[in-house]
Amino acid sequence: MSNAIPQARFDAVPLILLVVLMAAALPLVGSSSTWLTLTVAGLAMGMIIFVIASGLTLVFGLMDVLNFGHGVFIGFGAYVASSVMVGMADWASADSVMLNLGAIALAMIAAMVVAAALGWGFERVIIRPVYGQHLKQILITMGGLIIGEELIKVIWGPEQTPLPLPPTLRGSFILGDAAIEKYRVLAVVLGLVVFAALAWTLSRTKVGLLVRAGVQDREMVEALGYRIRRLFVGVFVTGSALAGLGGVLWGMYQQMVVPQIGGQTNILLFIVIIIGGLGSTLGCFVGALLVGLLANYSGFLEPKLALFSNIALMVAILLWRPRGLYPVTSR
Amino acid sequence: MSAVLQLQGVHTHVGDYHILHGVDLEVPEGEVTMLLGRNGAGKTTTLRTIMGLWPASRGAVRFRGEEIHGQATPDIAQRGIAYVPEAMGIFVDLTVAENMVLAARAAARVEDIDRARLEWVFSLFPALKQFWLFPAGKLSGGQKQMLAVARAMIEPRALLLIDEPSKGLAPSIVKNLIAALRELKAQRSTILLVEQNLGVATALGDRVAVMDDGRVIHAGAMAELAADQALQHRLLGLSLGSH
Repeated sequence: MSNAIPQARFDAVPLILLVVLMAAALPLVGSSSTWLTLTVAGLAMGMIIFVIASGLTLVFGLMDVLNFGHGVFIGFGAYVASSVMVGMADWASADSVMLNLGAIALAMIAAMVVAAALGWGFERVIIRPVYGQHLKQILITMGGLIIGEELIKVIWGPEQTPLPLPPTLRGSFILGDAAIEKYRVLAVVLGLVVFAALAWTLSRTKVGLLVRAGVQDREMVEALGYRIRRLFVGVFVTGSALAGLGGVLWGMYQQMVVPQIGGQTNILLFIVIIIGGLGSTLGCFVGALLVGLLANYSGFLEPKLALFSNIALMVAILLWRPRGLYPVTSR
Repeated sequence: MSAVLQLQGVHTHVGDYHILHGVDLEVPEGEVTMLLGRNGAGKTTTLRTIMGLWPASRGAVRFRGEEIHGQATPDIAQRGIAYVPEAMGIFVDLTVAENMVLAARAAARVEDIDRARLEWVFSLFPALKQFWLFPAGKLSGGQKQMLAVARAMIEPRALLLIDEPSKGLAPSIVKNLIAALRELKAQRSTILLVEQNLGVATALGDRVAVMDDGRVIHAGAMAELAADQALQHRLLGLSLGSH
């Protein structure tokens, strides 16, 4: 009987799908330099989406909470960063890599702290009264998003606010005939760091183990003596901070922010966490990269197609794997 | 023998349904108390009520003399109560090792689990050692049940609540499970064990409580019930002789 049990193997098929998508785009795009530029742009966009969505997927996986207000943290993160960058104009405009990166780092830290504090309040005031009630969660978190957007308008004004890149991050690296924007490389590196940190925490620490167990069966986690509510608040606050960081990355990617930045990304975020498998961090990572790459390739090949490429991707993935790329087994 | 757990006049509602109608039950220290009864008698609800998963709407639940009714499930578990649910509650995406680390609350990593205790568990359930690094979802039904019981045994507990561990298992696995539970019994562990299998109940039980329609309708020594076929027929509608 023991021999009948299969060896535990990592499911690499979704990762292979990423490679297949990139390989399939090469002949369609035609030029290898354009393909490289598009691929790096797609990976950068995907990494930013992953940073934003990683908290959302854990929040849903752990407590079945549908948080349509996640965009609030993106918006506040981006706007706080814009204020910090204005306040640190000397560093942000200096012709020094260290000072430029220092200004960005401080902007990111401030954005994460504010988003985390907002997340803590959001969970206590808005989420806590509606645990287990999906319809109310959708309504009240949408309301939270609207209030957040209006607060942003009150604090920073209704107009779009510039979030320019510091001088040393402007421009591109030239690799053969391909131009790769410096900022996109930074976004890819930061996304990988966040993914590595999350993967390490989830797989190597007891807190991570509890989060993974809680995503599968929160009642049993409680029956083992762990307070899952406390864990959930921690995950919610961390997810909010990451959304704040993602807001900074997204704002700098666009080089400007608007009060509706959160609402604009909402649909994209839910597409990513559904594609990935609700509650799965690895699925969220692969899903975000697929979305980023496809958006860039289709935007170049057929701009009209780009409008619904993400929806088409979601439909195709769900037809293939109805519970997402990396489904959480017991959900 | 003092009672570790006492339930007095416990009523439990689940949604609109009134499931427990005044349960009175005592679980003596160092003994195995069997909770028997037909399907729908309220056995599982009784265990879930003790754990606070379906809190009692009325009545008293005392653990070592202290009222635990109304406390949160993690607080109840931290008093030293282990719960093995009927559905086993295995984290199927985690490895066997990770399941055990979660059950060993004091351990942050596998290396922190009491080695001697772990070897003792392995001696009872060798399959768990063999599949230590496998996702628990890959185990067979019997091996999952072993893991569920092993989780409850990995640290010394004041009380074990086990819900129908033999359900749906092959006879050889049930035999293995009975042997493991006998080991626990030999260590004077206090166990409240829900069973439908009267043979298992007789093999393990010191005391018995029979439930029907959300109440305990009989409580006494397991040996008395095992010896009295007429009583078995009256309380359970079956007897050891018919098994």
